[in-house]
Amino acid sequence: MRRFTMTRAGDVDEALRATQSAPSQYCAGGTTLIDLMRQDVERPERVVAINRLPLTTIQSTADNGLVIGALATNSDVAHHPKVRSDYRLLSEAILSGATTQIRNMATTGGNLLQRTRCIYFRDPHSACNKRDPGSGCPAIDGFNRNLAVLGASEHCIATNPSDQNVALMALGATIEVRGVSSSRTIPIDQFFLLPGATPDIETSLEPGELIVAVTLPPMPGWRSHYLKLRDRQSYEFALASAAVAVRLDGSTIADARIALGGVGTIPWHAPQAQSALIGKAASREVFRKAADIALRDARPQSENGFKIELAKRCLVQALIEVTA
Amino acid sequence: MSVGTPIDRIEGRLKVTGGADYASDRILDGMLYGVPVGSTIAAGRVLRVDAEAALAVPGVVAVFDHHSFGTLHSHSKSSLATGIVDEHRAPLSSDDVQYYGQYVALVIAHTLESATEGAALVRVTYAPGAVHNAPITPDEGERNVGSHRGDPDKAFAASAIKVDQTYRTPVETHNPIELHATVAWWEGDTVTLFETSQAVVNHQRVLAQMLGVSLDKVRVITRYLGSGFGGKLWPWPQSPLAAQAARKLGQPVKIVVTREQMFMNVGHRPQTVQRVRVSAEADGRLTSLQHDYTNHTNMLDDYDENCGEATTYFYSVPNLRLTSGLAKRNVGSPTSMRGPGAVPGLYATESALDELAVALNMDPLALRLRNVPQRDEGLDIPFTSCHVAECYELGAKKFGWEQRTAAVGSMRRDGMILGWGMAGCSWIAERLDCEVRVELSHDGARVFCATQDIGTGTYTMLAQIASDALNIPVRHITVSLGDTSLPPGPMSGGSMATASVIPPTIDACKDALRKRERAPAQDVVVGYGRSNRTFGNDSPEKSSHSFGAHFIEVTWQPEIARLRVRRVVSVIDGGTIINPKTARNQIEGAIVFGVGMALFEETRYDPQTAAPLNRNFADYVVTSNADHPAMDVTFLDYPDYDLNPLGARGVGEIGLAGVAPAITSAVYHATGVRVRDLPVSIEDLIS
Repeated sequence: MRRFTMTRAGDVDEALRATQSAPSQYCAGGTTLIDLMRQDVERPERVVAINRLPLTTIQSTADNGLVIGALATNSDVAHHPKVRSDYRLLSEAILSGATTQIRNMATTGGNLLQRTRCIYFRDPHSACNKRDPGSGCPAIDGFNRNLAVLGASEHCIATNPSDQNVALMALGATIEVRGVSSSRTIPIDQFFLLPGATPDIETSLEPGELIVAVTLPPMPGWRSHYLKLRDRQSYEFALASAAVAVRLDGSTIADARIALGGVGTIPWHAPQAQSALIGKAASREVFRKAADIALRDARPQSENGFKIELAKRCLVQALIEVTA
Repeated sequence: MSVGTPIDRIEGRLKVTGGADYASDRILDGMLYGVPVGSTIAAGRVLRVDAEAALAVPGVVAVFDHHSFGTLHSHSKSSLATGIVDEHRAPLSSDDVQYYGQYVALVIAHTLESATEGAALVRVTYAPGAVHNAPITPDEGERNVGSHRGDPDKAFAASAIKVDQTYRTPVETHNPIELHATVAWWEGDTVTLFETSQAVVNHQRVLAQMLGVSLDKVRVITRYLGSGFGGKLWPWPQSPLAAQAARKLGQPVKIVVTREQMFMNVGHRPQTVQRVRVSAEADGRLTSLQHDYTNHTNMLDDYDENCGEATTYFYSVPNLRLTSGLAKRNVGSPTSMRGPGAVPGLYATESALDELAVALNMDPLALRLRNVPQRDEGLDIPFTSCHVAECYELGAKKFGWEQRTAAVGSMRRDGMILGWGMAGCSWIAERLDCEVRVELSHDGARVFCATQDIGTGTYTMLAQIASDALNIPVRHITVSLGDTSLPPGPMSGGSMATASVIPPTIDACKDALRKRERAPAQDVVVGYGRSNRTFGNDSPEKSSHSFGAHFIEVTWQPEIARLRVRRVVSVIDGGTIINPKTARNQIEGAIVFGVGMALFEETRYDPQTAAPLNRNFADYVVTSNADHPAMDVTFLDYPDYDLNPLGARGVGEIGLAGVAPAITSAVYHATGVRVRDLPVSIEDLIS
């Protein structure tokens, strides 16, 4: 860890102003940033502590959706009664990740910006196009078992490690953002950027912008589920995960939302797989067809080809469970 | 009688209330913090260490490299008498780099934060050399014949039923929760080291040589250890680094090895590749067994994993050959990890036995029972006490093995496929040199020995033994361990500490009682006891080992490629059990360790740089609490009086041996996939 200065912001405007004068990082729960600073991967000159900003509220919207303050902890969200009843996949996703201690610190906004677990990114002595643009990607042909089969480029194959973000992607959440003199709403499928030739740019946030809330649409009559597969039972990032939500009309699928985790460079929305389900009677065959579509563009790396089949099985099983 | 009762650890309250002072808890007046800088190449030379930026960090006191650190002496040859170390070369003694992460500089500062920042700013220039990092092969290295009887080639060729397979185990990294640490300070010409050591007496011997001082000028203290698993048996470079820096600067120096450095600088279980050839008659009687293994070692040291430890005596077989070889690679030195040799070795031979059972169309339990040895056929001497057949039979009964159907995937429960597997296990039972002093007063007794409690219950066990010998309640006995100023005691390794301390503790107690009889009014009488080692005897009259058997159930859900270990029944023939509670804790911990070995643990090295890649707790997967199977542990409790007067053997390692092959045989039974390259991974099973 390098020397840095820390300022604590009392309100959102103060936080936004504080980032203007020096290379800065916002720090909320610190569960990603502090790790990376200790690894010498992140080297901010200034850390702006935002963990006391009044952004912890979770409340229903006028249309019976839900707005979650950016600083609501992962634990508070996962155990919130309305999240548990109306957005079960989000509660399940959060609780499948990390540990109680980490979830008590980690925040909704921070989790949206969680960095990859690619070990080359996290080793400052290694080349990495995400950390050090143009230096190369040793993960290709290296240790890539846990990396992406969807959305990769020749410059980067790093996986987005979050569980929460997969659920938010399936839900079609929107991200409320503040800048110094502006505010805007970013639909989640425009928030995460594919690596392309610029893997160092991970989201559509502008420098200095601050996430203040996440809004979930109303989901009346939907059932949802998050299934996560990994080597051990607990405390491990997903090798493959599936966030699914369906609205059933009898045994017919009237509407569906699908996102995959652990396999994409970003939380992976699968709209074509959704379309393949809508109007069909729920069955293993229909689900398998949808899973084949969801993974149609998957490209294996040297070690992670098994994740294509694993993700398919994960999605099929999640759909079986949610429609049972 | 206290021996044989399951009392709580006598230091347990201190540990759970934070009162136990572990090495890295020590904070001394004027103490400085050291952070070593690791090499970012695996082979080559250090050309230049530029410390300018590091020295500019406020609080940084010094930056040492191989030019400025002064003379540390490399350790010439390891032996029990001279001290054992796996990395013989002293740190910062040359510009030569032989593994990734090797310490090439040391930053000393007033705070850990300043030292850490300084370490990140040290600029090292290298001349990289060729990296030796290729996968190892079974016939690599000069072959050493470890044991030979009969004509195994002829018997194997003549047999109709045989298995010839090669098994691999990966590098595993010890990951005790307590990080390795050293706090060193000098008073005049005497250095005291608060250490994370499983062997303070050995540590004293090695450090005296490396520092170039006499033995009486080095004191090593390990009051408590947050586990070691073999990784803390022998000194690692942070210890002489701290001692030498403290000597040069005239202030105490603390170095705590980071979790990341623990994957590079403090040993690991080496990768092994093992070819096993085994043949049998149609009735299952073994006709030959050949076990050829190679393990990797580092470029400068010759660490032999001893995979054949159990091979020569564990089966009755007339024709046998055991060979070994070493493969030199640019890695840090391997070292002992819980059950070194026998654990990876039995994974290979017990896996081959399971494959042989399939080839014979015979129950694997029946095959084991058919080949139980009546004596140690490797040394051609009798066992002191061997009840492995009873382990198999009792374990099978408790597990319900007779309900097993042999066909792959033929057993189900709750919609899941069941796999049932089993394997046997063994581990050496020996004693090391040990001296004990007992001070008997009118209100209790104190027991002193420079062995150490590495978390396994040695404090408690010594109190129990002394309690019985003195006829004093345990609560009136205090035990002092882990300090070289005490009478020299054994390492906590090889499951030998318990057996070693029993004779001198009983003798010291008897001695004190005799002196008490002669001086009934004296405040304190002092008794001494001493016993010599059995370990290392070239021509023993009897062979002493612990034995056991594991029966394991896995569940397999192909629809989500999920494999879990659900249930383990273990029966252990470990001699007299001094404390059933701490002993059960050892076996259960070993089973959990074995689940990790079978399913999760593997240190991966980059094929180009030879850097260990997954050097953190997110990417190096160990067994989590949620992965613990239900465990049913039984001790047979047959005393082994040839080993010591209580008939106790050690039980720290026996529980791990045999777990991995029992799991892989259960995996085969569930899935039809035979995994011969640990760990079993999802990609092995998904098709």
